[in-house]
This record gives sequence, C-alpha cells and structure tokens, in this order.
Amino acid sequence: MIELAFMQRALAAALLVGVVCGALGFFVVLRRLAFIGVGISHSAIGGVAIGVVAGVSPLLTAAVFAVAVALGIAAVGRRGALSEDAVIGVFFSGSMALGVALFSLQRGFQQDLFGYLFGDVLAITGPELATLAAGTAAVLVALALGFRSLFFMAFDEEIARAYGQPVGALNTGLLVLLAVTIVIGVRLVGAILVEALLVIPAASAALWTRGWRAQLALAIGLGAASGLVGLAIAYRLDLAAGASVVLAAAAFFFVSLALRGAGPR
Amino acid sequence: MSADPVVRFEGVSVDRHARRVLEGISFSLQAGHFLGVVGPNGAGKTTLLRAMLGLVPIAEGRIQVLGRPPGGASPEVGYVPQRHAVAPSFPATVRDVVMMGRLPQLGWLRRPGAADRDSVDRSLARVGMQDRADRPIGRLSGGEQRRAMLAQALCASQKLLVLDEPTIGLDLPAEQAFYALLRSLKEELRLTVIAVSHDLVALAAEADELVCINRTMHVHGNPEEVVHSHALREAYSCEFNFLAGEIAHHERIGREPSRDCAEPADDCAEPADD
Repeated sequence: MIELAFMQRALAAALLVGVVCGALGFFVVLRRLAFIGVGISHSAIGGVAIGVVAGVSPLLTAAVFAVAVALGIAAVGRRGALSEDAVIGVFFSGSMALGVALFSLQRGFQQDLFGYLFGDVLAITGPELATLAAGTAAVLVALALGFRSLFFMAFDEEIARAYGQPVGALNTGLLVLLAVTIVIGVRLVGAILVEALLVIPAASAALWTRGWRAQLALAIGLGAASGLVGLAIAYRLDLAAGASVVLAAAAFFFVSLALRGAGPR
Repeated sequence: MSADPVVRFEGVSVDRHARRVLEGISFSLQAGHFLGVVGPNGAGKTTLLRAMLGLVPIAEGRIQVLGRPPGGASPEVGYVPQRHAVAPSFPATVRDVVMMGRLPQLGWLRRPGAADRDSVDRSLARVGMQDRADRPIGRLSGGEQRRAMLAQALCASQKLLVLDEPTIGLDLPAEQAFYALLRSLKEELRLTVIAVSHDLVALAAEADELVCINRTMHVHGNPEEVVHSHALREAYSCEFNFLAGEIAHHERIGREPSRDCAEPADDCAEPADD
C-alpha cells in the first residue's frame, strides 16, 4: 500500500494528526477539556458548511469558525450566569444545526457532509497535506513555548496567576490551539470522531506513567501509532479510515486498561 | 528611623460582586516580621491576601509590596494558597512542583539551568523534603504536600511568604511541625511572613503581630494586645474568656495547642474564609 501516492499522503496525514492530537491531548485530559473539545469539534461542521456554501476552503472557514466558537464559549462561560457545560451544549448544537442546514442547500450534500463528519483522509490532496503540516508545526511550537506555564496552570491556576503568569491569555490560547487541532484532525477522522484522538491516547498514557515527560511522549507515540495502524487496517479490511484509526486508539486504551487498570505506582 | 515596610496598605477597599468586602484597611509590615491576619468567617481575610498579590483589583487606596504595586511578571512573593489535596493522578514530582516557583525568573524561552536546579534543591532541603523530591506530588500526605508548597514558595521568594490557611486540613502533629518549620525558616532567612488563619490561638502564639479584620480594620498590634482588646471581641461578636490562657498553654508546651480547646467558641469558629 505504501507505494500508492494517495496512501503516502494519507499515512503522512495520519502521523501528523496523531502527533498533534497526542500532544494537545495531554492538556485536554489534564485540564478536563474533553467536553469543550466535543463542543468545538461538532461546531466545526458549521464552519465547513459556510466554506462549502461560500466557495472558499472549508477547512479554512472551519478553523475560523471553530476558533470563534471556542472564544465564544469561553466568553459566555466567564460571565458565570450559566455553567460551562450548558454553554458548550448551546454552541455545539446550534452551530452543528447551522452546518446541516447550510449543507442541505447544496445538491448532493450528503456525500460532502459524510466526509466532514467521519473523515476522508484517502482523498487528501498535496496542498491540503502541506496546510496540515504547517498547522501541526504551528500548534507544536506554540505548545512548546507555553508548556511550562500551561502545566503550572493545570497544577494551580491561582498560584500561577500570583506568580505573574497571564492566565486569561493562556487559557484563551489553549482553546485556540484546541480549535486549530480539531480542524487539523477533521480530514483524518471527521468532526464526530476527532475528539477521540484528543482524549484516548493521552488517557491511555496516563495509565502507564505518573511522570509528565513520559506521559506526554507516550500520548504522542500512541496518537501516531493509532493513526498509522488504523489506516493500515482500514486499507487491508476496506474499512472507513477515520473509524479504523479511532478503533486502533481505543484498542490501545483497553489493552492499557487491562494491563495497568490500577494506574501507575 | 525604621526601614521601608515590606508590605504597606493605605486605606484599601475592595469590591466583589458589587459589594464592598474590605474597607479602609491600613497597616504596614516590617522586614522579618510575621503578621497573622484573623477575623470571623467572611471577614475578607483571603480577599486581603489576594489584593496584596494583585489577584483582585482594589477599589480605593494603595498597596505596596516590596516597594511596588502588587502583581507584575516577577512579583518576588512566595504564595501558599488555601487548597485541598492535589489530585493523586497529577503527573508531577515534588521537584517539578517546586521548580514551578522559578517560572517568574525563567520566562517563556529560558530552560531551567544549574542555578534553578540548585534553588530547587536548597528549597527542598530547607523543608526537609530532599528524600521525597522524586515522588509524585499526589502521593504525599497533606502535611508533606504543604511542605512541598512551602518549598515552591521559597523557590519563588526568600523575602516574603504569603500563606492562606497554611495548616487547614492538617492534624495536630502536622500543624505543629509546619509552624516549627516556618519559625526556623523565618529566623534563618529573615523572612517576612503574612498568614491568614481561622486558628486564632495558633496565630497569636506564632505571629509577631496580629491584624483583626471584619470587612474593616478592627485592631492591629502585638498578639497580647490584640487578644485582650475589646476590638477583637467586637469583630467576632463574642467573648474569648479562655483565649489568653490557651495562648500561654500553646507556648508553654512547645506551641502545642489542644485541638479541643484551641478554637474560639463554637458560634464564632470558622472552617474557611470567604
């Protein structure tokens, strides 16, 4: 399969998405951002639909829309009148409905919609792969620069703020990185399943080790392995690639759970 | 003429949720002194500390900490907040947590160097946690976690420590050990310490000065003056007939208060601040 150009692009995309989702997933699990991740990923469908209707790059509009939704959830949540999960529920369902409504205006929309909901990595083009690589690099560099501060905030936001860390800006930045990462992952596994790659590899890693360095490295490794193994299985068994990648990640998790269910010592 | 105070409050008022929670607070604290802040539940003690750290805005007045307004990127203040236990699964060792205290000095781009690692090792040694340095923070006892947080604060600053309910949740031996450690650190490093606690007896025995607040300033002075003052009783709205005797008892037996009678009367005891 490796000699096929479309498979080479798909494998490269799966590797990039696995790495970036594993790295950011470390903070998603640590900061308990899984539900906000679900909200942002589902709302990306609204952004994709805007791009399709407007005739511009759907991934670009999805990125802009997902960032806007992430910032919107944070802004409404900060007002304190509603719990964050209620705010996420409103944004997530509203923007997904917007996406479905806009797609319904297009002839043959089901095919496009299905691809964005569940991924279509085998159809990824060279320019799309280059964009995905640039996005991955940008997220990883930003994460590396802010890592110590984000980790400090995950430990105790109050002390981090007292020690001069720009907590508000860092929280906003983390949500922006989450939104960008989700859009990066949409092409591989789709908006519905991208959250799985943000949670499962990092959760699996947390079962093995209590050290942050090892946990981060393992989350990245398991993310990449899920992408590559899942794609290989999808090719051999003629399965949907996105679902196969997530099933591979889930298999790693359940093996980890069976072997290390009590967690690291 | 005395040196400039380490902390100075001048007519400080703070509003929270459209309500004035502190009003006209004024006091100053000299280098090397230990100031205890006491007051009934909801008096604004934690808010006072948070205002001093730049964590809440002030509505009126002025605060100076080490000659500067509160907050800023490198505040040179060590802070131990009131907190519950660290999640057992948090993926950091004691050493990682103490190193967080160096972050204001490190900035965004610089990696920790030999000087930073030395600072962490020295701070761990000062609190007697060298042998626990590589253990996961979430696996330590409450008392050990408190010592680790104190090491983190020392790593951030060896001038001024700000402690919010430092012994809450600790059993009696752990509380005594914590205060004994704090006393030795204060003497060794000439630290200035400001601590909030609901435990009036312990603070009166440990601190050089006490401030009693209940939204406004009620009394500031040495512990003996404060515990005998009418203003203290006014702030708590109750009597402390046993208080002076308890403090003397606390000091006499090596600052070991009896938990059963160390608290103020039941109707004015508080579990935590606002």
